[in-house]
Amino acid sequence: MALEAKNLWFRYDRSQPWILENRNLTLERGERVALFAPSGYGKSTLSLLLAGYLQPSRGQVLLEGAPLPRRGVCPVQLIYQHPEKAINPRWRLKKVLEESGKLDEQVLDAFGIESAWLDRFPRELSGGELQRFCLARALMSGADYLICDEISTMLDVITQAQIWNVVLEQAEKRNMAILAVTHNQNLARRICSRVVDLSRE
Amino acid sequence: MNRRLNRRTRTLILTAAMGVLILAVYAAGILVPEEWTASSFLDAKQPPSLQHWFGTDSLGRDLFWRTVKGLSVSMTVGIVASCVSAVIALLVGIAAAVGSKGVDGFINWLIDLVMGVPHTILIILISFCLGRGLKGLLVGIAATHWCSLARLIRGEVMQLRSQHYIALSRRLGKSSGWILTNHLLPHLIPQFFVGLILMFPHAILHEASVSFLGYGLPPEQPAIGIILSESMKYLSAGMWWPAVFPGLTLVLIVLLIDRLGENLRMILDPSSAQE
Repeated sequence: MALEAKNLWFRYDRSQPWILENRNLTLERGERVALFAPSGYGKSTLSLLLAGYLQPSRGQVLLEGAPLPRRGVCPVQLIYQHPEKAINPRWRLKKVLEESGKLDEQVLDAFGIESAWLDRFPRELSGGELQRFCLARALMSGADYLICDEISTMLDVITQAQIWNVVLEQAEKRNMAILAVTHNQNLARRICSRVVDLSRE
Repeated sequence: MNRRLNRRTRTLILTAAMGVLILAVYAAGILVPEEWTASSFLDAKQPPSLQHWFGTDSLGRDLFWRTVKGLSVSMTVGIVASCVSAVIALLVGIAAAVGSKGVDGFINWLIDLVMGVPHTILIILISFCLGRGLKGLLVGIAATHWCSLARLIRGEVMQLRSQHYIALSRRLGKSSGWILTNHLLPHLIPQFFVGLILMFPHAILHEASVSFLGYGLPPEQPAIGIILSESMKYLSAGMWWPAVFPGLTLVLIVLLIDRLGENLRMILDPSSAQE
Protein backbone atom coordinates (compact mmCIF):
# COMPACT_ATOMS: atom_id res chain seq x y z
CA MET A 1 0.00 0.00 0.00
CA ALA A 2 2.17 2.83 -1.21
CA LEU A 3 2.76 5.47 -3.84
CA GLU A 4 6.15 4.95 -5.41
CA ALA A 5 8.32 6.89 -7.78
CA LYS A 6 10.71 4.48 -9.44
CA ASN A 7 13.81 5.74 -11.22
CA LEU A 8 12.05 8.85 -12.41
CA TRP A 9 13.67 10.92 -15.09
CA PHE A 10 11.98 13.99 -16.39
CA ARG A 11 12.59 16.87 -18.76
CA TYR A 12 10.05 19.03 -20.56
CA ASP A 13 11.70 18.71 -23.94
CA ARG A 14 14.59 16.88 -25.58
CA SER A 15 16.48 20.14 -25.91
CA GLN A 16 16.02 20.94 -22.21
CA PRO A 17 18.21 19.77 -19.32
CA TRP A 18 17.00 17.01 -17.01
CA ILE A 19 14.94 18.31 -14.12
CA LEU A 20 14.74 15.01 -12.29
CA GLU A 21 17.42 12.38 -12.66
CA ASN A 22 16.84 8.86 -11.42
CA ARG A 23 14.68 9.95 -8.53
CA ASN A 24 13.15 7.41 -6.14
CA LEU A 25 10.55 8.12 -3.51
CA THR A 26 8.11 5.99 -1.55
CA LEU A 27 5.10 7.31 0.29
CA GLU A 28 3.44 4.69 2.49
CA ARG A 29 -0.31 4.86 3.12
CA GLY A 30 -0.93 6.95 6.22
CA GLU A 31 2.59 8.36 6.24
CA ARG A 32 3.47 12.04 6.39
CA VAL A 33 6.56 13.03 4.43
CA ALA A 34 8.02 16.44 3.81
CA LEU A 35 9.77 17.16 0.53
CA PHE A 36 12.32 19.82 1.14
CA ALA A 37 14.70 21.57 -1.25
CA PRO A 38 15.67 25.05 -2.37
CA SER A 39 14.11 26.50 -5.49
CA GLY A 40 14.86 24.81 -8.78
CA TYR A 41 15.37 21.28 -7.52
CA GLY A 42 12.22 19.95 -9.12
CA LYS A 43 9.91 19.75 -6.12
CA SER A 44 6.90 20.96 -8.03
CA THR A 45 7.75 18.83 -11.06
CA LEU A 46 7.96 15.76 -8.84
CA SER A 47 4.57 16.65 -7.35
CA LEU A 48 3.03 16.97 -10.80
CA LEU A 49 4.50 13.61 -11.81
CA LEU A 50 3.28 11.86 -8.66
CA ALA A 51 -0.26 13.18 -9.14
CA GLY A 52 -0.32 12.19 -12.81
CA TYR A 53 -0.38 15.70 -14.28
CA LEU A 54 2.82 14.97 -16.18
CA GLN A 55 4.17 11.73 -17.61
CA PRO A 56 7.78 10.85 -16.72
CA SER A 57 10.33 10.72 -19.55
CA ARG A 58 11.71 7.49 -18.05
CA GLY A 59 10.75 5.46 -15.01
CA GLN A 60 7.36 4.95 -13.45
CA VAL A 61 4.96 6.21 -10.85
CA LEU A 62 3.31 3.23 -9.20
CA LEU A 63 0.22 3.28 -7.03
CA GLU A 64 0.01 0.08 -5.01
CA GLY A 65 2.14 -1.66 -7.60
CA ALA A 66 0.19 -0.54 -10.68
CA PRO A 67 0.59 2.59 -12.83
CA LEU A 68 -1.61 5.59 -11.90
CA PRO A 69 -5.10 5.30 -13.39
CA ARG A 70 -5.48 7.60 -16.40
CA ARG A 71 -9.27 7.68 -16.22
CA GLY A 72 -11.63 8.05 -13.33
CA VAL A 73 -11.05 9.78 -10.02
CA CYS A 74 -7.35 9.67 -9.19
CA PRO A 75 -6.64 8.55 -5.60
CA VAL A 76 -3.61 10.84 -5.64
CA GLN A 77 -4.72 14.46 -5.50
CA LEU A 78 -2.49 17.47 -5.85
CA ILE A 79 -3.13 20.67 -3.93
CA TYR A 80 -1.64 23.51 -5.84
CA GLN A 81 0.40 26.46 -4.70
CA HIS A 82 -2.03 28.97 -6.21
CA PRO A 83 -5.61 28.13 -5.24
CA GLU A 84 -7.01 30.86 -7.48
CA LYS A 85 -5.59 29.03 -10.50
CA ALA A 86 -7.05 25.71 -9.42
CA ILE A 87 -10.60 27.06 -9.43
CA ASN A 88 -12.65 28.06 -12.46
CA PRO A 89 -13.17 31.82 -11.93
CA ARG A 90 -16.62 31.68 -13.51
CA TRP A 91 -18.04 29.09 -11.15
CA ARG A 92 -19.74 29.67 -7.86
CA LEU A 93 -17.86 27.85 -5.12
CA LYS A 94 -20.65 25.38 -4.58
CA LYS A 95 -20.12 24.09 -8.10
CA VAL A 96 -16.36 24.00 -7.51
CA LEU A 97 -16.86 21.65 -4.57
CA GLU A 98 -19.47 19.57 -6.36
CA GLU A 99 -17.00 18.82 -9.11
CA SER A 100 -15.59 16.14 -6.83
CA GLY A 101 -18.94 14.71 -5.82
CA LYS A 102 -21.56 15.28 -3.16
CA LEU A 103 -20.95 17.94 -0.55
CA ASP A 104 -19.70 16.50 2.74
CA GLU A 105 -20.90 18.66 5.64
CA GLN A 106 -18.28 17.21 7.94
CA VAL A 107 -15.41 18.30 5.72
CA LEU A 108 -16.94 21.75 5.22
CA ASP A 109 -17.28 22.18 8.99
CA ALA A 110 -13.75 20.97 9.59
CA PHE A 111 -12.31 23.57 7.23
CA GLY A 112 -14.60 26.29 8.60
CA ILE A 113 -16.24 26.84 5.22
CA GLU A 114 -19.32 28.95 5.83
CA SER A 115 -22.45 28.16 3.88
CA ALA A 116 -22.67 31.79 2.72
CA TRP A 117 -19.38 31.34 0.84
CA LEU A 118 -20.85 28.61 -1.33
CA ASP A 119 -22.90 31.07 -3.37
CA ARG A 120 -19.98 33.41 -4.01
CA PHE A 121 -17.54 33.65 -6.85
CA PRO A 122 -13.84 32.84 -6.32
CA ARG A 123 -12.70 36.47 -6.68
CA GLU A 124 -14.84 37.41 -3.69
CA LEU A 125 -12.81 35.22 -1.33
CA SER A 126 -9.24 35.47 -0.08
CA GLY A 127 -6.40 33.08 -0.95
CA GLY A 128 -6.64 31.27 2.36
CA GLU A 129 -10.36 30.76 1.98
CA LEU A 130 -9.91 29.47 -1.54
CA GLN A 131 -7.19 27.07 -0.42
CA ARG A 132 -9.68 25.57 2.05
CA PHE A 133 -12.03 24.94 -0.85
CA CYS A 134 -9.26 23.24 -2.82
CA LEU A 135 -8.45 21.01 0.14
CA ALA A 136 -12.09 20.23 0.83
CA ARG A 137 -12.58 19.35 -2.84
CA ALA A 138 -9.62 16.96 -2.76
CA LEU A 139 -10.83 15.30 0.45
CA MET A 140 -14.37 14.93 -0.88
CA SER A 141 -13.03 13.12 -3.93
CA GLY A 142 -11.93 10.40 -1.50
CA ALA A 143 -8.21 10.82 -2.09
CA ASP A 144 -5.84 8.41 -0.33
CA TYR A 145 -2.72 10.39 -1.09
CA LEU A 146 -2.50 14.15 -0.84
CA ILE A 147 0.40 15.95 -2.50
CA CYS A 148 0.56 19.41 -0.96
CA ASP A 149 2.73 21.65 -3.13
CA GLU A 150 3.49 24.64 -0.91
CA ILE A 151 -0.15 24.94 0.00
CA SER A 152 0.40 27.44 2.77
CA THR A 153 3.24 29.55 1.40
CA MET A 154 1.04 32.52 0.56
CA LEU A 155 -0.92 32.43 3.80
CA ASP A 156 -0.33 34.27 7.03
CA VAL A 157 1.00 32.24 9.95
CA ILE A 158 -2.29 31.89 11.79
CA THR A 159 -4.17 30.67 8.73
CA GLN A 160 -1.27 28.37 7.93
CA ALA A 161 -1.54 26.75 11.34
CA GLN A 162 -5.32 26.44 11.10
CA ILE A 163 -5.22 24.80 7.71
CA TRP A 164 -2.45 22.38 8.57
CA ASN A 165 -4.23 21.35 11.79
CA VAL A 166 -7.32 20.44 9.82
CA VAL A 167 -5.35 18.63 7.13
CA LEU A 168 -3.41 16.57 9.68
CA GLU A 169 -6.55 15.74 11.62
CA GLN A 170 -8.37 14.60 8.48
CA ALA A 171 -5.35 12.63 7.32
CA GLU A 172 -5.28 10.78 10.63
CA LYS A 173 -8.98 10.03 10.38
CA ARG A 174 -8.85 8.74 6.82
CA ASN A 175 -5.45 7.03 7.01
CA MET A 176 -4.38 9.34 4.23
CA ALA A 177 -0.78 9.84 3.17
CA ILE A 178 0.58 13.36 2.86
CA LEU A 179 3.55 14.60 0.90
CA ALA A 180 4.17 18.17 1.98
CA VAL A 181 6.37 20.16 -0.36
CA THR A 182 7.84 23.11 1.45
CA HIS A 183 10.66 25.61 1.72
CA ASN A 184 10.11 25.89 5.41
CA GLN A 185 12.23 23.49 7.44
CA ASN A 186 10.43 24.21 10.68
CA LEU A 187 7.08 23.46 9.14
CA ALA A 188 8.49 20.28 7.61
CA ARG A 189 9.75 19.03 10.98
CA ARG A 190 6.59 20.07 12.79
CA ILE A 191 4.09 18.25 10.59
CA CYS A 192 5.95 15.30 9.11
CA SER A 193 7.49 12.11 10.34
CA ARG A 194 10.13 12.01 7.63
CA VAL A 195 11.92 14.69 5.61
CA VAL A 196 13.25 14.05 2.14
CA ASP A 197 15.79 16.63 1.05
CA LEU A 198 16.19 16.67 -2.71
CA SER A 199 19.31 18.80 -2.56
CA ARG A 200 21.22 16.31 -0.38
CA GLU A 201 20.53 13.08 -2.22
CA MET B 1 -19.48 51.85 -7.46
CA ASN B 2 -22.77 53.64 -7.88
CA ARG B 3 -21.63 55.37 -11.05
CA ARG B 4 -20.42 52.15 -12.64
CA LEU B 5 -23.75 50.51 -11.91
CA ASN B 6 -25.47 53.40 -13.63
CA ARG B 7 -23.27 53.07 -16.66
CA ARG B 8 -24.03 49.39 -16.88
CA THR B 9 -27.75 50.02 -16.57
CA ARG B 10 -27.50 52.71 -19.24
CA THR B 11 -25.68 50.32 -21.55
CA LEU B 12 -28.35 47.70 -20.93
CA ILE B 13 -31.19 50.09 -21.77
CA LEU B 14 -29.37 51.38 -24.85
CA THR B 15 -28.69 47.88 -26.06
CA ALA B 16 -32.30 46.84 -25.56
CA ALA B 17 -33.49 49.93 -27.48
CA MET B 18 -31.12 49.15 -30.35
CA GLY B 19 -32.30 45.57 -30.42
CA VAL B 20 -35.94 46.66 -30.56
CA LEU B 21 -35.24 49.15 -33.36
CA ILE B 22 -33.42 46.57 -35.46
CA LEU B 23 -36.17 44.04 -34.87
CA ALA B 24 -38.79 46.66 -35.81
CA VAL B 25 -37.05 47.36 -39.14
CA TYR B 26 -36.80 43.65 -39.77
CA ALA B 27 -40.45 42.99 -38.95
CA ALA B 28 -41.64 46.01 -40.95
CA GLY B 29 -39.83 44.72 -44.01
CA ILE B 30 -41.68 41.45 -43.80
CA LEU B 31 -45.08 42.90 -42.91
CA VAL B 32 -45.21 45.73 -45.47
CA PRO B 33 -47.92 44.86 -48.00
CA GLU B 34 -46.97 44.43 -51.64
CA GLU B 35 -49.06 47.49 -52.77
CA TRP B 36 -46.92 49.92 -50.79
CA THR B 37 -43.96 49.19 -53.01
CA ALA B 38 -45.95 48.60 -56.20
CA SER B 39 -44.90 50.58 -59.25
CA SER B 40 -47.08 53.52 -60.26
CA PHE B 41 -45.99 55.47 -63.30
CA LEU B 42 -47.95 58.53 -62.23
CA ASP B 43 -45.63 58.86 -59.23
CA ALA B 44 -42.36 58.09 -61.01
CA LYS B 45 -39.16 59.98 -60.20
CA GLN B 46 -40.62 62.11 -57.42
CA PRO B 47 -38.22 63.80 -55.02
CA PRO B 48 -38.70 63.26 -51.26
CA SER B 49 -41.98 64.63 -49.97
CA LEU B 50 -44.31 64.05 -47.04
CA GLN B 51 -46.09 61.38 -49.02
CA HIS B 52 -42.95 59.60 -50.16
CA TRP B 53 -40.29 60.22 -47.49
CA PHE B 54 -37.39 58.95 -49.58
CA GLY B 55 -38.97 59.86 -52.93
CA THR B 56 -39.81 57.36 -55.65
CA ASP B 57 -37.70 55.58 -58.25
CA SER B 58 -38.04 55.54 -62.04
CA LEU B 59 -40.89 53.02 -61.81
CA GLY B 60 -42.73 55.06 -59.22
CA ARG B 61 -42.05 52.68 -56.32
CA ASP B 62 -41.93 54.24 -52.88
CA LEU B 63 -38.28 54.21 -51.87
CA PHE B 64 -38.81 54.35 -48.13
CA TRP B 65 -40.74 51.11 -47.97
CA ARG B 66 -38.50 49.58 -50.59
CA THR B 67 -35.48 50.43 -48.44
CA VAL B 68 -37.13 48.91 -45.38
CA LYS B 69 -37.87 45.76 -47.35
CA GLY B 70 -34.34 45.73 -48.69
CA LEU B 71 -32.89 46.05 -45.20
CA SER B 72 -35.05 43.18 -44.07
CA VAL B 73 -33.71 40.99 -46.88
CA SER B 74 -30.17 42.08 -46.07
CA MET B 75 -30.70 41.24 -42.41
CA THR B 76 -32.00 37.78 -43.24
CA VAL B 77 -28.88 37.17 -45.30
CA GLY B 78 -26.76 38.66 -42.54
CA ILE B 79 -28.32 36.62 -39.76
CA VAL B 80 -28.28 33.27 -41.55
CA ALA B 81 -24.80 33.74 -42.98
CA SER B 82 -23.24 34.94 -39.75
CA CYS B 83 -24.89 32.20 -37.68
CA VAL B 84 -23.55 29.53 -40.02
CA SER B 85 -20.20 31.27 -40.11
CA ALA B 86 -20.00 31.56 -36.33
CA VAL B 87 -20.79 27.87 -35.85
CA ILE B 88 -18.07 27.00 -38.38
CA ALA B 89 -15.72 29.29 -36.46
CA LEU B 90 -16.54 27.60 -33.14
CA LEU B 91 -16.00 24.09 -34.47
CA VAL B 92 -12.88 24.96 -36.42
CA GLY B 93 -11.42 27.00 -33.56
CA ILE B 94 -11.92 24.22 -31.01
CA ALA B 95 -10.64 21.59 -33.46
CA ALA B 96 -7.48 23.63 -34.06
CA ALA B 97 -6.85 24.10 -30.35
CA VAL B 98 -7.60 20.53 -29.27
CA GLY B 99 -6.43 18.63 -32.34
CA SER B 100 -2.96 17.42 -33.22
CA LYS B 101 -0.20 19.65 -34.57
CA GLY B 102 -1.10 18.60 -38.12
CA VAL B 103 -4.76 19.59 -37.72
CA ASP B 104 -3.78 22.90 -36.16
CA GLY B 105 -1.31 23.59 -38.93
CA PHE B 106 -3.83 22.76 -41.63
CA ILE B 107 -6.53 24.96 -40.09
CA ASN B 108 -4.13 27.87 -39.70
CA TRP B 109 -3.07 27.47 -43.29
CA LEU B 110 -6.73 27.46 -44.35
CA ILE B 111 -7.46 30.58 -42.32
CA ASP B 112 -4.50 32.37 -43.90
CA LEU B 113 -5.67 31.26 -47.31
CA VAL B 114 -9.26 32.48 -46.88
CA MET B 115 -8.12 35.71 -45.26
CA GLY B 116 -5.50 36.25 -47.94
CA VAL B 117 -8.05 36.51 -50.76
CA PRO B 118 -10.18 39.67 -50.59
CA HIS B 119 -13.63 38.74 -49.28
CA THR B 120 -15.58 40.42 -52.05
CA ILE B 121 -13.75 38.48 -54.76
CA LEU B 122 -14.14 35.19 -52.90
CA ILE B 123 -17.87 35.79 -52.33
CA ILE B 124 -18.36 36.67 -56.00
CA LEU B 125 -16.53 33.50 -57.06
CA ILE B 126 -18.46 31.22 -54.71
CA SER B 127 -21.78 32.90 -55.48
CA PHE B 128 -21.10 32.66 -59.21
CA CYS B 129 -20.21 28.95 -58.99
CA LEU B 130 -23.43 28.20 -57.13
CA GLY B 131 -25.60 30.01 -59.66
CA ARG B 132 -25.88 33.37 -57.85
CA GLY B 133 -29.16 34.16 -56.13
CA LEU B 134 -29.82 33.92 -52.42
CA LYS B 135 -28.19 30.49 -52.01
CA GLY B 136 -24.93 31.42 -53.68
CA LEU B 137 -24.71 34.62 -51.68
CA LEU B 138 -25.44 32.90 -48.37
CA VAL B 139 -22.85 30.18 -48.94
CA GLY B 140 -20.34 32.76 -50.15
CA ILE B 141 -20.70 34.95 -47.09
CA ALA B 142 -20.83 32.03 -44.64
CA ALA B 143 -17.70 30.49 -46.13
CA THR B 144 -15.61 33.64 -45.86
CA HIS B 145 -16.50 35.21 -42.52
CA TRP B 146 -15.50 32.57 -39.98
CA CYS B 147 -11.74 33.14 -40.02
CA SER B 148 -11.08 35.83 -37.45
CA LEU B 149 -13.58 34.41 -34.95
CA ALA B 150 -12.09 30.93 -35.41
CA ARG B 151 -8.65 32.35 -34.64
CA LEU B 152 -9.99 34.09 -31.56
CA ILE B 153 -11.68 30.92 -30.28
CA ARG B 154 -8.57 28.84 -30.99
CA GLY B 155 -6.48 31.20 -28.88
CA GLU B 156 -9.04 31.27 -26.11
CA VAL B 157 -9.31 27.47 -25.94
CA MET B 158 -5.53 27.07 -25.97
CA GLN B 159 -5.21 29.49 -23.10
CA LEU B 160 -7.98 27.75 -21.15
CA ARG B 161 -6.51 24.32 -21.78
CA SER B 162 -3.29 25.24 -20.03
CA GLN B 163 -5.20 26.29 -16.92
CA HIS B 164 -4.56 24.21 -13.84
CA TYR B 165 -8.25 23.74 -13.05
CA ILE B 166 -8.79 21.97 -16.38
CA ALA B 167 -6.03 19.44 -15.68
CA LEU B 168 -7.40 19.09 -12.18
CA SER B 169 -10.88 18.38 -13.50
CA ARG B 170 -9.42 15.46 -15.43
CA ARG B 171 -7.76 14.10 -12.27
CA LEU B 172 -11.17 14.32 -10.59
CA GLY B 173 -12.37 11.83 -13.18
CA LYS B 174 -14.20 14.16 -15.54
CA SER B 175 -14.42 13.24 -19.22
CA SER B 176 -13.35 15.48 -22.10
CA GLY B 177 -17.00 16.07 -23.00
CA TRP B 178 -17.83 17.14 -19.47
CA ILE B 179 -14.87 19.50 -19.39
CA LEU B 180 -15.87 20.95 -22.75
CA THR B 181 -19.45 21.67 -21.74
CA ASN B 182 -18.79 22.76 -18.17
CA HIS B 183 -15.42 24.49 -18.28
CA LEU B 184 -14.74 25.58 -21.86
CA LEU B 185 -18.08 26.47 -23.43
CA PRO B 186 -19.27 28.85 -20.68
CA HIS B 187 -16.05 30.82 -21.28
CA LEU B 188 -16.50 30.79 -25.02
CA ILE B 189 -20.19 31.60 -25.32
CA PRO B 190 -19.94 35.34 -24.64
CA GLN B 191 -17.07 35.60 -27.16
CA PHE B 192 -19.11 33.54 -29.56
CA PHE B 193 -22.23 35.71 -29.39
CA VAL B 194 -20.35 38.97 -29.60
CA GLY B 195 -18.35 37.65 -32.53
CA LEU B 196 -21.57 36.58 -34.17
CA ILE B 197 -23.23 39.96 -33.77
CA LEU B 198 -20.14 41.82 -34.93
CA MET B 199 -20.22 39.62 -38.02
CA PHE B 200 -23.73 40.89 -38.98
CA PRO B 201 -22.66 44.29 -40.29
CA HIS B 202 -19.87 42.70 -42.33
CA ALA B 203 -22.21 40.17 -43.82
CA ILE B 204 -24.84 42.82 -44.62
CA LEU B 205 -22.29 45.12 -46.25
CA HIS B 206 -20.90 42.27 -48.31
CA GLU B 207 -24.39 41.23 -49.36
CA ALA B 208 -25.10 44.80 -50.46
CA SER B 209 -21.82 45.25 -52.29
CA VAL B 210 -21.97 41.92 -54.12
CA SER B 211 -25.62 42.55 -55.11
CA PHE B 212 -24.60 46.05 -56.21
CA LEU B 213 -21.99 44.53 -58.50
CA GLY B 214 -24.63 42.22 -59.94
CA TYR B 215 -23.33 38.89 -58.62
CA GLY B 216 -25.74 38.49 -55.77
CA LEU B 217 -29.49 38.74 -55.42
CA PRO B 218 -31.71 38.88 -58.53
CA PRO B 219 -32.80 42.39 -59.65
CA GLU B 220 -36.49 41.93 -58.75
CA GLN B 221 -35.65 41.47 -55.07
CA PRO B 222 -35.82 44.75 -53.13
CA ALA B 223 -32.29 44.52 -51.66
CA ILE B 224 -30.25 47.57 -50.76
CA GLY B 225 -27.49 46.61 -53.15
CA ILE B 226 -30.01 46.35 -55.99
CA ILE B 227 -31.60 49.71 -55.17
CA LEU B 228 -28.19 51.38 -55.08
CA SER B 229 -27.12 49.76 -58.30
CA GLU B 230 -30.35 50.91 -60.04
CA SER B 231 -29.91 54.39 -58.65
CA MET B 232 -26.55 54.77 -60.40
CA LYS B 233 -28.29 55.00 -63.76
CA TYR B 234 -30.26 58.08 -62.71
CA LEU B 235 -27.63 59.81 -60.62
CA SER B 236 -26.27 61.77 -63.60
CA ALA B 237 -29.82 62.86 -64.46
CA GLY B 238 -30.02 64.69 -61.13
CA MET B 239 -31.99 62.01 -59.22
CA TRP B 240 -29.92 61.96 -56.05
CA TRP B 241 -32.50 60.56 -53.64
CA PRO B 242 -32.53 56.87 -54.69
CA ALA B 243 -28.81 56.71 -53.93
CA VAL B 244 -28.56 58.90 -50.84
CA PHE B 245 -31.39 57.70 -48.61
CA PRO B 246 -31.08 53.92 -48.98
CA GLY B 247 -27.30 54.27 -48.70
CA LEU B 248 -27.56 56.35 -45.54
CA THR B 249 -30.05 53.94 -44.00
CA LEU B 250 -27.73 51.03 -44.70
CA VAL B 251 -24.86 52.85 -43.01
CA LEU B 252 -27.06 53.71 -40.04
CA ILE B 253 -28.29 50.16 -39.55
CA VAL B 254 -24.78 48.76 -39.86
CA LEU B 255 -23.45 51.25 -37.32
CA LEU B 256 -26.37 50.44 -35.02
CA ILE B 257 -25.69 46.70 -35.13
CA ASP B 258 -22.00 47.34 -34.61
CA ARG B 259 -22.71 49.41 -31.50
CA LEU B 260 -25.11 46.73 -30.31
CA GLY B 261 -22.33 44.16 -30.53
CA GLU B 262 -19.90 46.41 -28.68
CA ASN B 263 -22.46 47.06 -25.95
CA LEU B 264 -23.20 43.36 -25.62
CA ARG B 265 -19.50 42.73 -25.20
CA MET B 266 -19.43 45.25 -22.38
CA ILE B 267 -22.39 43.60 -20.70
CA LEU B 268 -21.22 40.01 -21.09
CA ASP B 269 -17.56 40.65 -20.37
CA PRO B 270 -17.43 43.38 -17.73
CA SER B 271 -13.66 43.26 -17.38
CA SER B 272 -13.10 44.40 -20.96
CA ALA B 273 -15.58 47.23 -20.49
CA GLN B 274 -13.07 48.96 -18.22
CA GLU B 275 -10.55 49.18 -21.05
